[in-house]
Amino acid sequence: MSMAVTQTPKKSSRVLRYIGFVAMPLLVVVWSLIDLSLGKELVEWIPYLASGFSMNILITICAVTLGTTAGVVLGLMQLAPFWFVRLPAQIYVQIFRNAPALVLIFATTYIFPFEIVMFGNYLPFPDWVKAVIGLAILSSAYIAEITRGAVLSIPTTQWEATKGLGFSRLQALRFVILPQCVRRSLPPWMNVASSMAMGTSLASLVGVHELMHAATDASTAVRRLDFTIIAYVVVMAAFFTLCYPIARLTRRLEQRFNAG
Amino acid sequence: MMTASPATDAAIVKLEDVHLSFGQTQVLKGIDLTINKGDAVSIIGPSGSGKSTILRCINALVTPQSGKITVAGTRVDQLTKESERIQLRKRVGIVFQQYNLFPHLTVLDNIVLAPTRILGADKTATVKLARELLEKVRLSEKADAYPGQLSGGQQQRVAIARALAMKPELVLFDEVTSALDPETVGEVLWVIRDLIRDGMTSILVTHEMRFAEEISDTVVFTENGRIVDHGSPQQIFHSTENPRIRQFVGGLSGGGRGAVRDGEGI
Repeated sequence: MSMAVTQTPKKSSRVLRYIGFVAMPLLVVVWSLIDLSLGKELVEWIPYLASGFSMNILITICAVTLGTTAGVVLGLMQLAPFWFVRLPAQIYVQIFRNAPALVLIFATTYIFPFEIVMFGNYLPFPDWVKAVIGLAILSSAYIAEITRGAVLSIPTTQWEATKGLGFSRLQALRFVILPQCVRRSLPPWMNVASSMAMGTSLASLVGVHELMHAATDASTAVRRLDFTIIAYVVVMAAFFTLCYPIARLTRRLEQRFNAG
Repeated sequence: MMTASPATDAAIVKLEDVHLSFGQTQVLKGIDLTINKGDAVSIIGPSGSGKSTILRCINALVTPQSGKITVAGTRVDQLTKESERIQLRKRVGIVFQQYNLFPHLTVLDNIVLAPTRILGADKTATVKLARELLEKVRLSEKADAYPGQLSGGQQQRVAIARALAMKPELVLFDEVTSALDPETVGEVLWVIRDLIRDGMTSILVTHEMRFAEEISDTVVFTENGRIVDHGSPQQIFHSTENPRIRQFVGGLSGGGRGAVRDGEGI
């Protein structure tokens, strides 16, 4: 907890914030003012890009929520005393942890039907939901490993203490082991969450209307090189504003847990 | 085969010819031990003689290969289900060498957690009990502190309070002062002394010879997985005929705690 340790990340985060929240938007604004025809095009397309970006946020939230829930369960299953619980979880994690996100998104897109027939009603099964499932599978495999590692990192003396007090295995997990795991697994969880947020751009390749898709639409419609460049700078800035707060939030949570 | 009959009621713990081995290593080679309700029993002996393992047999943390263990009317060696062992452990408190407090909970929550979650005790009553216990171990002002903010001696006193909050029928102390620095040993021994005066059945594995001599009703000397001798502190520490015990006790109790460390080094 020396000054040097606490100051370095502060300084670098200030620089990061400067680049992300100031430099990129500034570039967009200055360039638009120098060439007003470019600025006009950009203003026209911003709502379209924004509608795409809301899809990225939606997919991220859904995929990370689903993936975290499933991942924690799978991680605990990997540590179960019974092989018939342990083995399926281990197989699932090993297969999907080593699969590229794009492959999973393609797979879910083509494996699931475009609609589901339920009691004679046709329910649509939109592409974005399939992208959510693809990313959720990937993140659940990562989070399963994070959970497993966190549980194993708790000293065995903690288990012994719970045993001595008459806790069952599940009670020990719930009241003593898992609460201690939360803090330990926050930093790696943050990595998964932000790589999922960035991975949402891959959904453009299976036709989901998200930010990358919207930017590509816009640049083909406008057909100007400078507009294409500035559109993708906007995309970068948008992803920064999505991923950077995740990192900040996690760091703040970590500090709170450390203080506690 | 038999539950406790009124005639054997005084015995709260009874071990009969207990054998236990971990793999190829024989740890207990026929332990016979009877402990009466309200007694304080110290188990002493060289490291690796099976002292801690005896404690772990009593609250079913380990199961011996053969022999009978009866604890408060329960035949511990016959328990086959984990749920039955859990029932037993709720009635037998244990305090470990490394305190093992839960680092994410405050001192008060450490004490309250097990009674409320495991026994289903009323929360308000348990908090009241926890505060009383903290007063007993003289740590009332630390109720809202986290274990990491306490010294080893303070943590160990919280661990004792945590065990007592389960209202156990007996408490096992497994070398509870061995990990402490000499200055804080005294405060932990104080608490245990109080507890024994209040009539709590206590079984201590300890290297604190003077303390064992002072508070024990019975002292048990173990070596190589066997009980070499047992008797009153007077017998074991001062009038034993056994040369091995004389050597062990003499070498240890000579010059207080500093000598304990040096003696073991030689």
